[in-house]
Amino acid sequence: MNTLAKVVRVGIADMNVVSTPNTIRTSGLGSCVGVVLYDEIKKIAGLLHIMLPDSSLGKSDRINVAKFADTGIYALMELLKAEGVRPMSLKAKIAGGSQMFQFGSNDTIRIGPRNVEAVKKELKRLSIPLIAEDTGGSSGRTIEFDPATSVLHIRTVNKGTTGI
Amino acid sequence: MNSDNHPITDMHLDVLKEIGNIGAAHAATSMSQLLGRKIDMYVPKVELVSFDDMFELAGGSEKIVAGIFLRIEGDLSGSMFFVLPLDSANHFIQRLTGDGSFDFNSPTLPEMGVSAMQEVGNILSGSYLSALSDFTGLKIYPTVPSLSVDMVGAIVSFGLIEISHYSDEVIVIDTQIREEGEEGISNVDGHFFLLPDPPSYLTIFRSLGVL
Repeated sequence: MNTLAKVVRVGIADMNVVSTPNTIRTSGLGSCVGVVLYDEIKKIAGLLHIMLPDSSLGKSDRINVAKFADTGIYALMELLKAEGVRPMSLKAKIAGGSQMFQFGSNDTIRIGPRNVEAVKKELKRLSIPLIAEDTGGSSGRTIEFDPATSVLHIRTVNKGTTGI
Repeated sequence: MNSDNHPITDMHLDVLKEIGNIGAAHAATSMSQLLGRKIDMYVPKVELVSFDDMFELAGGSEKIVAGIFLRIEGDLSGSMFFVLPLDSANHFIQRLTGDGSFDFNSPTLPEMGVSAMQEVGNILSGSYLSALSDFTGLKIYPTVPSLSVDMVGAIVSFGLIEISHYSDEVIVIDTQIREEGEEGISNVDGHFFLLPDPPSYLTIFRSLGVL
């Protein structure tokens, strides 16, 4: 079959799943964290773009599970299960959680590091090993994951593109 | 969207647009004086948009910009952004400082340009917000502006954190900036965004008697 590989885009507070030869991408991560869950053997991956650490911070009736670390990672795992992936074979790579500005309320400044902590806590709870991360600092990141190679490509304004 | 069970109607958006126009007129005057040429600012429309659409308004989440961010506090709370593509930002700062070699693309940002840019942010937001304060009778205090040269998505998402506690959408009061030069009107493609925190909508409408 001759199909062209496409790049699946994930917006802010959103998630999606992709399988090889396609790749999955989210752009302009600041304090937000991009979480990739992948199965190396089946070459299927999911990407989640979270904004906030904890769904208890939500002040509206409807909650968008993909916005929060505690609800989003679980929901992404469920999406992958529906694609036939066994949770035990999942691994994770993460990027983002920077501090774009040095002021705001204390809670707002610390939101990047808090997002990273919350993601790690949730991965631990779900027994998903964290293989690599590029987090913190003060730069924005655009990330793209290729399930064929399990490499997470990260682009920043000053450092160009690297792979983890 | 509801703010404390009061639906936001087209009439409310029109009121916010009027507020934006008054603020923009004042900011344009300040900026014209600052740069010694005619600067035009106008509010194309006021909309309720998704976070992703908000990044599109600012040029697309990966576009590299000079972004000034500040919070507003007092009777109202919200975020304010002044977002310029790098060539426009360079042009403004070169004009303002008389240093024709100034470039935001350089790996280390020259201190002079950074503080000039922050000062532009200060003057613009100050004149915009004081017009808003006069019009509504509300007390509004801007924080000191902070500058970041990076991707729009990374910069603007920081100002959406507070709003994201309440909603997946944001009311954007978008002010476009145009410069009138010797070559005629050139679109600078700069934006000035006012993003009130959802609890503040009610405060604004109440102050104007349009609840």
